[in-house]
Parts: sequence; C-alpha cells; structure tokens
Amino acid sequence: QEKLDMSTYPVESIRNFSIIAHVDHGKSTLADRLLEITGTISKTDHNKQVLDKLQVERERGITVKAQSASLFYNHEGINYLLNLIDTPGHVDFSYEVSRSLSACQGVILVVDANEGIQAQTVANFYLAFEAQLSIIPVINKIDLKNADPERVEKQIEKLFDIPTDECIRISAKQGTNVEKVLQKVIEKIPPPQCNPADPLKALVFDSTFDHYRGVVANIALFGGEIAKGHKIVSAHTKKRYEVNEVGILTPNEQPTHKLYAGQVGYLIAGMKEVTEAQIGDTLFLYKQPVEPLPGFKSVKPMVFAGMYPIDQTEYNNLKSALERLTLNDSSVTVHRDSSLALGAGWRLGFLGLLHMEVFNQRLEQEYNMSVILTAPTVPYKAVLSSAKLIKEYGKDQITIINPAQFPDKLSVSEYLEPTVLGTIVTPHEYIGKIITLCQDRRAVQKDMLYIDENRVMLKYLFPLNEIVVDFYDALKSLSSGYASFDYEDAGYQSADLIKMDILLNGNPVEELATIIHNDKAYTTGKLLCERLKETIPRQLFEIAIQAAIGKKIIARETLKAYRKNVVAKCYGGDITRRMKLLKRQAEGKRLMRKIGNVEVPRDAFIRVLKRESDK
Amino acid sequence: YPQWPYCRKRCSYCNFNTYVVPAVDEVAVRACLVREALTLLRLSRLHSVTSVFFGGGTPSLASPRTVAAVLEAVAGAVHLPAGAEVTLEANPSSTSTSRLAGFRAAGVNRLSIGVQSLDDAELRLLGREHTVEEARKAVEAARGLFPGRTSIDLLFGLPGQSRDAWAQRLEAALGLCDDHISLYQLTLERGTALAAQVRRRALPAPPQDLVADMYETARTALVATGFRHYEVSNFARKGALSTHNLSYWRADQYIGVGPGAHGRFAPRGEGSHSREARVQILEPVAWMREVQSQGHGTRSRMVLSPLEQLEEVLTLGLRTDEGVTHERWGHFSPQLSLQDVFGAPGEAQALQQQGWLLLDGGGLRCTWAGLAVLDSLLPDLLWQLQR
Repeated sequence: QEKLDMSTYPVESIRNFSIIAHVDHGKSTLADRLLEITGTISKTDHNKQVLDKLQVERERGITVKAQSASLFYNHEGINYLLNLIDTPGHVDFSYEVSRSLSACQGVILVVDANEGIQAQTVANFYLAFEAQLSIIPVINKIDLKNADPERVEKQIEKLFDIPTDECIRISAKQGTNVEKVLQKVIEKIPPPQCNPADPLKALVFDSTFDHYRGVVANIALFGGEIAKGHKIVSAHTKKRYEVNEVGILTPNEQPTHKLYAGQVGYLIAGMKEVTEAQIGDTLFLYKQPVEPLPGFKSVKPMVFAGMYPIDQTEYNNLKSALERLTLNDSSVTVHRDSSLALGAGWRLGFLGLLHMEVFNQRLEQEYNMSVILTAPTVPYKAVLSSAKLIKEYGKDQITIINPAQFPDKLSVSEYLEPTVLGTIVTPHEYIGKIITLCQDRRAVQKDMLYIDENRVMLKYLFPLNEIVVDFYDALKSLSSGYASFDYEDAGYQSADLIKMDILLNGNPVEELATIIHNDKAYTTGKLLCERLKETIPRQLFEIAIQAAIGKKIIARETLKAYRKNVVAKCYGGDITRRMKLLKRQAEGKRLMRKIGNVEVPRDAFIRVLKRESDK
Repeated sequence: YPQWPYCRKRCSYCNFNTYVVPAVDEVAVRACLVREALTLLRLSRLHSVTSVFFGGGTPSLASPRTVAAVLEAVAGAVHLPAGAEVTLEANPSSTSTSRLAGFRAAGVNRLSIGVQSLDDAELRLLGREHTVEEARKAVEAARGLFPGRTSIDLLFGLPGQSRDAWAQRLEAALGLCDDHISLYQLTLERGTALAAQVRRRALPAPPQDLVADMYETARTALVATGFRHYEVSNFARKGALSTHNLSYWRADQYIGVGPGAHGRFAPRGEGSHSREARVQILEPVAWMREVQSQGHGTRSRMVLSPLEQLEEVLTLGLRTDEGVTHERWGHFSPQLSLQDVFGAPGEAQALQQQGWLLLDGGGLRCTWAGLAVLDSLLPDLLWQLQR
C-alpha cells in the first residue's frame, strides 16, 4: 500500500476538532455527512454511524469507543487537513471525552432543534470551555416538524454566552448546511500551536487491540514528529518500544511515512496489551523525555459485579473471552473471585451501569458467552474475637470479599467497612435532592462550597458499599444528568454489618446474598423481594420470596402460581406462530438457573438492579 | 380450508387476515378459490377429503353460489364422501333463514356462529355488528336448519367483566346453544383497537386470576351439562365434535385455499414426500393475480423436519382430551416411542408426579388441571423431545 506523505500539510493547514452533543442529538449522523462531503467515504444510502464499528454500538445507537478520521478539504485554494476526533456520548465515559478534547483546538457543539440544551450538552460544553477550545454551535434536525431553532439559539446565548448569529442551523440527515459547518471549522478553529522541530510529545487518546499487529494507539502529536523505527517511551509505564507503523485514519488505517506535530493518527509499536497504551498517557522519544500532558488519570470503577460461568466446565472459555474483551477495554478492572454455589469466577469493575450492560452484551454477541452476574461485593474487614477462628486464619483481622465467608457476630468484636471521600459537582437547584440521597446512603457531609454563581461542590464521606451499585445512576437521574461524581479511598470505619440472604421457597439464591449495614437491612430486603417478584416468571406453584438474616425472615413477597396459561385459539393459521414462540421458550429454559424448583432468569441480578435506576 | 377474507367491519379485538373493502368482485374471487383449490388438490395427490371448513373474514357474506362452486370443484377432483363435514362460519348479521337455507342447499351441513357475547354493552365493546336479539334469532334459525350441528363462539375475560357478569352470560349461552360451543379467553393482540385502549388505560386489563376462575367455572358448568371438554377451547355433547378442527390437532394433512390460508401437506405431485408448512399470499388482490397466472398463490412453503413435525404433533395433540395416542406418535416417529422419549426420568416424569400430565396405555395427555396451564408444560417437554 502506498504510504502517504504528511509533510505537505503544514501546521497552519491543520484543524483538530471534535463533535460533542447530548445523546441522540445527531453527532454520529453529522460525522457521517462530513465524511461524505470531504470524499472520505462515498455518498451512498448505507452511510449510517460509519464511525461506530462495534455491533453493540450500532444496535443501541450509541458510541462507546472513540474513533478518529482525517478529512481532506480544499477551501479557497488551500488544502486543509481536518482531523475529526469522535467521542463517546454517554455519561459513563466523561474521562474519555476529556482526553479526546485535549487533542483538539475546537469543537462542534450539536444541539437538537426540538429538545434544546440537555445535560450532556452542558457537561460537554464545560469540558470544552475549561479546555479553552473554540466552540461552534450547530443546531441540528431542523427538518423535523417540531424544530424550533430560534428558541434553542436563545438558550445557547443565555447559558453559554454565545451570540445567536454564530449558530449554524443544519439537518445532518438531509445534509442541509453541513458544508457551512466545515467552512466554519476552518475559519473559526485555530490551527494547533506546536512545532515539528520540538522533541516528540504525543497524547494517547484511545487504543484498540488487533490480533495480528498488537495494540493500535490513537495519538495526537503536540510536538515533534514520529516515524517507523523511532524508539519511544510511555510516561506512565516507563516502558520502551520501537515504532512499527504510523498512519492516519480515514477512517480506516492508512499508513504514512511520518506524522508531524499537530496531526492525529495511529501508531503501532509492539505493545501487547491495551494497558500499555492507556488513555491520557504521553509518549516521547527515548532519551528525550518531556513534561507529560496533564489530566492523566488511572481508571476509577464505579460499579462492581461478580461474573461466573453458567457451569464450571465453561470456566476456561469465559476466562479467555474476558481476557480478549478486556484487551480492547482497559477501563474494566478484573479480579479473581469465588463462590460456594457458583464456583470460580471474577469480580469486575465498570465505569457505570451502562458500561456493565454493554460489556455483558459484547460478551454474548462477540464471544457467545452467557454468564451469571451477581450482587457486588466490597472488601469488608472483621476483627475476630473467637480464638478458634483466629487460629484458623492465622491472624485476628480478616478481609471478607464473599458473603459466604462472613463470620458470625458472636465470633467478631468489630466489623469494618471501606469508605471513600466523594466529590459531587452540581447546579444548585439539585442540592436538596442530592443531600437527601447522600443522607440516605449513610454519608456524612465534609464540605460544601459554591464554585461559581450556579454550581456547588459537595464533599461527603461514603461507605463504599453504598455507592458501588447504583449511586452514580441515581445521582445522574435526580439531577437530570447535570451532576458529576468522583471519589477517592478514605480508609475503613466501624460498622454494624449483617449478612442478608434471599430465599426462594426456602432455598437461598446465592447470587443475591449481600453483606449490608443493619440500618439498611429491612428496606433493602423489602426492595429486593419486590423487584424479584417482578423479575421471576410465574410458575406452576406458589413462590415465597424472602429476605432473611440468619434464621430471621425480615421481608417477604409471594408470587402466585399460574392458574391458566394456554393460548385460546390454535387452528391452521395460528400453528406456525405458536411453534416459533414455544420453541423460543424451550430455548430460554436452557438459560434459566434452577434454585430448588424455581426457575430464575440468569440475569436476575442485573434486572433487579436496573429497575431501580429506571426511576 | 377455503378462506373468505372480507368483512363488513373490523371488530375491536381482531387481528386476522381480513379486509374491509367497499365492493368485492365475487365472481373473480370465486374463480380464484376454485382454481387454487384444484391446483393444490392435484399437487397433494390426495384421494379423499374428509371435511371442508369455510373460514375468514366473514364467509356468510359470500353468496351460496361461491360455496357451491368450491364444493363442486373439490368433489370433482377427489372423493368427497356424502357425509363429510362441511362447515361455514357465520355472523349473526348475515344469517337470515333464507340465506342459511341457500347455504344448506349449496352443501353446507354445519354452521359456526360468531355470537361472542350475550350482552349488548359487551357486543359494542367488541365492535360487533349485531345485538343479542339478532344473535338469538340467528342461532334459532341455524338450529332449525342444522339441528345438532350448530356451534356458537363465545368470549370471556373481557376488560371490566366481573365474575357475576360472566356467570350470567354462561347461563344465557347454555339456554341458547346447540351441541357445540367454542369458548375463547379474549386475547389482547398487539395492533388491535381493544389492546390499544387497554394499554392507554382507557379500559382495565383483565386480572389473570379472575380470568382463570372464569375458565374453571365455565369448564365445570359445561361438563356438568353433558358437554365433553375435548380441546382447550372446544366443548361438544352427543358426539358433535368438529371433525375439521380435530384434524389440525391430530396433525393430519390439510390444504389452505385463499388469501392467508395455511396448509400442511406433502406436494407429492412434485415428487416430494415431505410434509410442508405452507401459507398463501395474504393480500387478496396480489393473491388473485398470482392464482390467475400460476394456478395458485402460495407465498411460502417450508419443509418440516421430522423433529419439527413431532413438535407440532406434541404441541397440538396435548390440547385435546385424548392427547397424543401411541399410534399417532408412531406414525410420525417410527423409531422412538412416546415411552422412549417421555417415559424415562426427566421433565415429563416430573410433570406427571406433579399431576399435570399422564403417560399410559392411552398415550400422553394432560390432566384436567394440566390442560389449563399447558403452555407452562410445553417448553419443558419440547426441550426433552429435542434432546
């Protein structure tokens, strides 16, 4: 394949930009149109979400992984190199968005002409604003019946202080005015401020894993140049590599001789795992270290879940599927775990509930694996008082990860739970609801201050187990997505802990056993029983759903038996349809877990969880 | 099974393949029904036809001439015994005595009347065209012309219907009916007006347990009055079972003629001995065009594998009180008997122990209780059969 010569694009002819928007406002469609107009892809009816390569992205209509594309456009006689850096659109991935933005000098802010400014619009605007990027506001979907671009322009002026005449009204779907957007990008977004003569300084803003060639890192050059044969070093891992290939993405890989300062593309350098090319990392030439680019963070999981194979015979298959899937997703943390009933498995950390669902879906679609997901665990501690146990464990303080290991109150002098110091930034209108939410989660306020006339920062000390599952989504939900959350480790505190079991007709459902604080036992138990009642399908006998602490039942729901379940009509025309449905149900039987006599859907835990955050 | 796909209006709960059009070119439709019937009969190489069922739509809107034409064509192509059951589905609003007499002269010897409810308010809710009084008159007229061979259709579990209301309907029906009743739990099908009303809460959804009670009450009352509960939704006394419908549940061969009609037969005329699931083109105009050019308007045909055939035999057979006999099973599964598949320890045995199923000298069938929850038993049994 012919290698491109990128030296014909001086820094002044380069524009690096991103498209940011709230979910479904048309970011990906606009990207499709830009690719078509610049001839990067041919204009056909089939260009939909071209940059969303994952099946799960296309099915759910979301962008999960950032992609980039280099576009070539001639404007008033000059050939410009426009680098479009696509960003994930979901709240779970705001760190990725901020790293992609740091490679840009401007953004196109897309707002739906009917919906107007939404949570993500604001969150992304602030990210771009704080990064001091030029912002081109674009109002999309003007072709639709309820479009009210004038109203949206006024919103933009009021909230973001951008004059209404700077807004461009477009229809990405129909292509209306999209070329104007390109021209504005050239006119308004400054070229990158950097020098090819400087030493190499490259930002990694994403990476993927290719089975034949290893890790492919998406990079943006802030200085210098890079080519095959160069020896480079990662600022984070300190490891050294030799560059095998560099190139640009159009959006497919197109090798080039070199990449120069201000340009965006990819690099292959013999890295074996994506953890070697972490988002936000800086790469420089061996023996020429530079100041690492700011903003690099090690990934912080917000939601944990236990993952087990349906059957222990599937353990190795699941192990290799997890290894391969996490090759491409360095934001999932993986630790081994085990359970009495379910055998050997893992405890995985995700960025949020959506991240976990997408991961689970990719596991099913791309690796054909079906798993059992369990209630999450955090590492509790117990100070033992029983001489027998102290002897057994060899020490007087143990760490409990698995509810099955939970020692009885009689043998323990003190239980301890891990805590975190959480920071919440929110518009002030949500303070009341957020304070209530935090109090509900046994958090203690440590600080509260206004960071500007609209936004407040709150600091709370949380027990870790109160935030691991759905705190993040509850916070987002009650602040319409405007609040943000971050946390750091804050040691252990004493706690009145108990182990709660969930029983179905007297048999414990191991996946749902939890260690919780005594204060929360009743409400949590009741909630779990109610949710379970809605998740488990009715069966031929009555099912007693109970929450228990030891032998004491603290909550109960009853799922009545089916008394009639047979389709009324089954004549010639109905038979084919009937058979299809029944066969699908027969298939579904294979995926059910049997607890005693009761059939429980494999993903009962995720579904029980999800109902809560739907509210 | 000839399908007459036209109605005067669509009832609020109906999702059948039926069309409401200002005018029907009956001559053309008739010719196509005849032509397709002959083509498919020839294709099937069947020697005799044991029953004919005119369904739809509203077949009683067609003229007796059409019925006669189709019957003549069938009788000319294969052996149609003198006493073969010939059923016509009818709406009370198109069943005057004279009209019915016309159908009888054309060859119909059994009538199935869509009564649905014996309460005017309920009939309006269902979007029916007739009143209770009209329904009564229709049933009486039918019983006069087809004594012992008149059936009525009834629905229960309507939105807002109380236990008492249903008890009254049942009593009224028992006072009116002949020797066959088809009793259907109302199913809210997606896309129907009634389902939409329930979904947006303009009407209450019928509570599951109440509907289950209604079914029990009805079954018990009918059996007490001498009816045999021979299929999930069908009751007959004095032997007045529907031969035609039994052939569906016994997985016999049948030929569907007309828009959207379904069939199950082996096209021996093409040299195949494999039983196929066939559907005719749904839309009448498109169907007629195809029949006129190719002789039949078959939209799709799929060979049923031996496993698929057995799955149908099981699923349909268990809907009847006789269940699946050893003989019938053996016809579709010469190597593996019912005992081989369901007699060994497994799902079927568990269900027997729980009292839902019986496997004995008579074959495999549901118990009284099992029949009401058959769809909860089938996935297990199908899974066992597949293994």
